[in-house]
Amino acid sequence: MPQPAQHPDHLWRNPDPKRAYDVVIIGGGGHGLATAYYLAKNHGITNVAILERGWLAGGNMARNTTIIRSNYLWDESTAIYEHSLKLWEGLAEELDYDILFSQRGVMNLTHNLSDVREAKRRVSANRLNGIDAEWLDPDDVKRLCPIIDVSSSPRYPVLGAAYQPRAGIAKHDHVAWAFARGADTLGVDLIQGCEVRGIDVVDGRVRGVQTSRGPIAAGAVAIVAAGHASIVAGMAGVRLPLQSHPLQALVSDLLEPIHPTVVMSNTVHVYVSQAHKGELVMGAGVDAYNSYAQRGSFHIIERQMAAALELFPIFAGAHVVRTWGGIVDIAPDASPIIGLTPVYGLFVNCGWGTGGFKATPAAGWVLASTIAAGAQDPLARPYALSRFTAGALIDEHGAAGVAH
Amino acid sequence: MLLITCPWCGPRDEVEFHYGGQAGVGYPADPDALDDAAWADYLFFRDNPKGPFAERWVHTAGCRRWFDVVRDTVTHQFLGTAAAPADASPVGGEGPTPRQKGAHLR
Repeated sequence: MPQPAQHPDHLWRNPDPKRAYDVVIIGGGGHGLATAYYLAKNHGITNVAILERGWLAGGNMARNTTIIRSNYLWDESTAIYEHSLKLWEGLAEELDYDILFSQRGVMNLTHNLSDVREAKRRVSANRLNGIDAEWLDPDDVKRLCPIIDVSSSPRYPVLGAAYQPRAGIAKHDHVAWAFARGADTLGVDLIQGCEVRGIDVVDGRVRGVQTSRGPIAAGAVAIVAAGHASIVAGMAGVRLPLQSHPLQALVSDLLEPIHPTVVMSNTVHVYVSQAHKGELVMGAGVDAYNSYAQRGSFHIIERQMAAALELFPIFAGAHVVRTWGGIVDIAPDASPIIGLTPVYGLFVNCGWGTGGFKATPAAGWVLASTIAAGAQDPLARPYALSRFTAGALIDEHGAAGVAH
Repeated sequence: MLLITCPWCGPRDEVEFHYGGQAGVGYPADPDALDDAAWADYLFFRDNPKGPFAERWVHTAGCRRWFDVVRDTVTHQFLGTAAAPADASPVGGEGPTPRQKGAHLR
């Protein structure tokens, strides 16, 4: 009988925290792990700790629907998301780990004239920015994804789609493990079960953190805490323009391969892909109310299923196996907040809202560069916290409007 | 799904309501006097607490009236009615007196 391939007993150490680090990263999710990896890899800064209250990649990194794409509307957005997509394309090799990155394309469906105009505008904007965007007629949609009902019978018929062939999905756990192993190998301490309870600020400068495992001094502190960013930043007296909402997702039972791409619809508000293992992975919009509960209301799931069944009648035979929720931090312009804060040495990476997974490599890349230089990375410059005072918002409600 | 008690209509399903975010955020008395930071604070910055939160809901599919509650953002439990801010009185006066005013607190 063939033996399964040997997997190492562990991929990273579990060290006790030292008393001081050059950089402390609060939050051991995908973005925190990527930040640590690129700090060490790109900038030679290895005296770094990640402090994670729970376990590595157990928050939104374990709860998202793994969609990766770069077809956002504005130049600032395509710049950072396309940088991310290019990093994804080389990530398995870079980290020497199979992250099951599959460029199966992402389709954004349109169901009314306003959708069509918005999608065509976005395709044009994307192409001007060198993004591989295409407009698909309903026949093309049917050809690429035969299980979609493109007839005129649904309440919101499919009138076409914006399509990005290089977009796709990846295996979220593998991504986290690969970054964790990479960071650990380069000397980063990954400290789990270590809750940050306070941030020490003296004369406007960050000095370290108070944790459940004692005080830890730090030259720089980066808050990479997603849904809890407001709470952690509040420990340093920094107020962020974020609201935390539940975002729910679900999976079906395991099915034969039936769904070859990723389909998203802003209008009927559902998005679907089929994971490598065979389950359909679906998400919907956020719950309207503020919450930290990592669960949402059932009517969201119910409406999402209704939308999915109209688009994909074949799903009537599938079963919902599991639903869950994560907490997403949403900024007023549906764009992230990256970089410096009013406290010297304190950095944030937050506000990724409903779509942070796709940005994992780039968010880590630009935050690491920002920490190393003490100044905004060029790609992060438009995403500074100060944009809300300057009024230079990056309104991506159209491209980020459907949670994903 | 949340069961939300409208002060005028009683307990109803969440789908009848729309969310209004943080309660008690009044329009600045003299907007022209605000600098960019103060204007940004009014426009974009809201509390985002983990725990009790004073927030607004509107009973869209019912009486269409706004009201304030305190809800815990971790347990989703409704803890009572928030003190209505002085500048939040409805346009056109007091409006109808709530039927069974305060009943939702018991």
